[in-house]
Amino acid sequence: MQGDKVSVRIFGDKAFKLFIIFLSFVAVLPLFLVLGYIIKNGIASVNWQFLINLPKPVGEAGGGISNALVGTGILMLLSCVFSVPLGILAGIYLSEHRRGKLSYLTRLCVEVLQGVPSIVIGIVAYLWVVLPMRTFSAFSGGVALSIMMLPVVVRTTEETLKLVPNALREASLALGVPYHRTILKVILPAGMSGIVSGILLSLTRIAGETAPLLFTAFGSSFMNLNIFKPMSALPLLIFNYATSPYPEWHSIAWGASFVLVVFVLVLNLITKLVVRKWKTQF
Amino acid sequence: MGIDYKETTDKSLKKISSSELIFRRVLYISAFILVVLVGAVFFSLLVSSFPSLKKLGIRFLFGKTWDPVKGEFGAFSFLVGTLLTSFLALLISLPFSLSISIFLGEYFSRGFFSSFLKSAVEILAGIPSVIYGFWGLFILVPVVRAFEIKLGIMPYGVGIFTASLVLSIMIIPYSATIGREVIQLVPSELKEAAFSLGATKFEVIRKVVLPYARSGILAGILLSLGRALGETMAVTMVIGNANILPDSIFSPSNTMASVIANEFAEATETLHLSSLIEVGLLLFIVTTIVNIIGRQIVKKVSIEV
Amino acid sequence: MEDSILKIENLCAYYGNEQILKDINLSFPRNKVTAVMGPSGCGKTTLIRCINRMHELVSGARVSGKVFLDKEDVYSMHPIVVRRKIGMVFQKPNPFPTMNIYDNVIAGYKLNGIKISKEEQDRIVVESLKKAALWDEVKDFLYRKGTFLSGGQQQRLCIARALAMKPEVLLLDEPTSALDPKATSRIEELIGELKKDVTIILVTHNIAQAARVSDYTAFLYLGELVEFGPSERIFSVPQDKRTEEYLTGKYG
Repeated sequence: MQGDKVSVRIFGDKAFKLFIIFLSFVAVLPLFLVLGYIIKNGIASVNWQFLINLPKPVGEAGGGISNALVGTGILMLLSCVFSVPLGILAGIYLSEHRRGKLSYLTRLCVEVLQGVPSIVIGIVAYLWVVLPMRTFSAFSGGVALSIMMLPVVVRTTEETLKLVPNALREASLALGVPYHRTILKVILPAGMSGIVSGILLSLTRIAGETAPLLFTAFGSSFMNLNIFKPMSALPLLIFNYATSPYPEWHSIAWGASFVLVVFVLVLNLITKLVVRKWKTQF
Repeated sequence: MGIDYKETTDKSLKKISSSELIFRRVLYISAFILVVLVGAVFFSLLVSSFPSLKKLGIRFLFGKTWDPVKGEFGAFSFLVGTLLTSFLALLISLPFSLSISIFLGEYFSRGFFSSFLKSAVEILAGIPSVIYGFWGLFILVPVVRAFEIKLGIMPYGVGIFTASLVLSIMIIPYSATIGREVIQLVPSELKEAAFSLGATKFEVIRKVVLPYARSGILAGILLSLGRALGETMAVTMVIGNANILPDSIFSPSNTMASVIANEFAEATETLHLSSLIEVGLLLFIVTTIVNIIGRQIVKKVSIEV
Repeated sequence: MEDSILKIENLCAYYGNEQILKDINLSFPRNKVTAVMGPSGCGKTTLIRCINRMHELVSGARVSGKVFLDKEDVYSMHPIVVRRKIGMVFQKPNPFPTMNIYDNVIAGYKLNGIKISKEEQDRIVVESLKKAALWDEVKDFLYRKGTFLSGGQQQRLCIARALAMKPEVLLLDEPTSALDPKATSRIEELIGELKKDVTIILVTHNIAQAARVSDYTAFLYLGELVEFGPSERIFSVPQDKRTEEYLTGKYG
């Protein structure tokens, strides 16, 4: 009797393990399905012309995504301009002040901001920039994306700087170096690789964001370098073309998706390499 | 003796002191700006919702009709749509993300399979939402449509079910990662005690690991929920964009996020715009609450453990 | 008593409500090595951190009393000036990880924005590394980061960095407690050499080290100065019972 019970338990143990393995792999199956279809459908559309040409009206051949590529690049730059300096400074404050009312409040606000749906941030950017300017613009898109990047930059900065050993700061202070110079020239450089990787990672997220741009940057079929006018972006283009009724546009959307996915994956890899090469040994 | 002291004259010391002060002030202001920013976000949403708040009041929350042409804005269908899709997605994803957590936390915490799965989960999390939506629209929707034909119901293809499917794929990484971390935090002494009493791994997981990691797993679920509630693009592309109260999980509908995505850019009339913003305000409040609770639990778990 | 470069008067140090140092009165003779000894928690590290005004950097820390460096009270000077005149080497070597060896030595100047010519910089780096007995080992690697050095070499680098500022007093906070015996003896040799140029205050819990290296010794117990005098006398005929008990290992 005892023997039966044990063999049932052993069987259950093995079955469970198999079950877990099975479920885990089924869980990541969609990854291969998604990537597989994008590669399959997208790679046919992608060629040099595709990347260089401007979008063409329906019916005309040879439409490309050049303005979307440029637009995404400009938007990524814009989002850094606001979020990086402010984020790093706030992160320094938080790492220097572990306790205190403002620290507690700031940390709470960073958490809140991180959880706000991107479309709501789009609304806010619309209210703050698009309405007063009376036009859609890349600038408003940049504002929306910065607000999204900000919490990540603050968090990464705070966490990276917390890891810098106190001994470094004491060494600097003992040499008669003033506090602000100690932070800016010793502590911050020591944490640079972590901070940069945080920025790069949030940039990869930003590159694929669509919702906040729907009514800020809005999209455009022209090549536009003026940030105070509407601008195209890769995810916007994908959305508009994919939901359109035209098969030619669907192919372009697949191609654009391929480009976007490759871009995100490459950027991710670059970030990992940067961290590995630059990481400060303590 | 010592450094040439013309470097440390009173003037240069004064300069140092004022630089210090400026630096400290700048840091303080930066942190303060962050707080102000969040407050400003909330207030902007609130103020811009006033027109519809005033005019519609509580009808906004419980009204089932959303008709911009007639000027009726009841957001109840979107609330239902959001809750249905999010909870359904959570339900579908739970066994999978839990499996991944256990796989990585207990069975394969190192080695080839571990790195493989970890990278796969990372990449899953990194794929932009619009691409999931695109894939969902062209690959998943026809499948669901065929399935619906088999079931003998209206073959929309799009709808709550499809949206929940896509959403569940997207939120797996979040609870999986947190779950794994909490499971790895379970002290090995506890597990070893159970093993030495003759328990199988399955029993140890069921009776020691999971109960111990319970709150952390719950936190992961809450954070996934927060993510699902606010997810826009993928949902918009496969939910069917119908401003009606869903009567089954296969009916097309809208969520709070998707209706904003659909109508905001073209809304010109004040009440319409204001109602959409009020939907945004609602979304903001709901996701904030869920996220804060989730993160509080994570903090508690990390401190306890 | 010989000419004293540092005179401590009625020094009390607090950490919140706890009093760490109780009314210390002490003089450190110029160009000699003075050891500060005592069991853990006696306040010896706090004492030297009050000398270069590092103690007050911790929140909740408070100091009262006077510390005269060459007749000027350190507490009425700007702390930056104090720390440039009084150097410190810490228990665990802490070279700056983002800088190479050359920049580490000259860090005090660079970080402070003090402008000196390249020739002057080179001269200071070479001189400091020579004084720290590290020059021969690193002269071909000046532009590599200091992290490849051994513990003992890193500590000598930190000594060179402190010496580059040409301080009048050098505070050593248990500089060899993290090092192996060979590295320890190298640094002890070094201390004997250095005192020609700079007054050294050495905090150590290693009684034998204090006996080997120091000219004078101060013994602290529970925040009070129990005894002070030439090391020869302290180690052979201690006058206070507590000193005797410490030296014979009654408490660690």
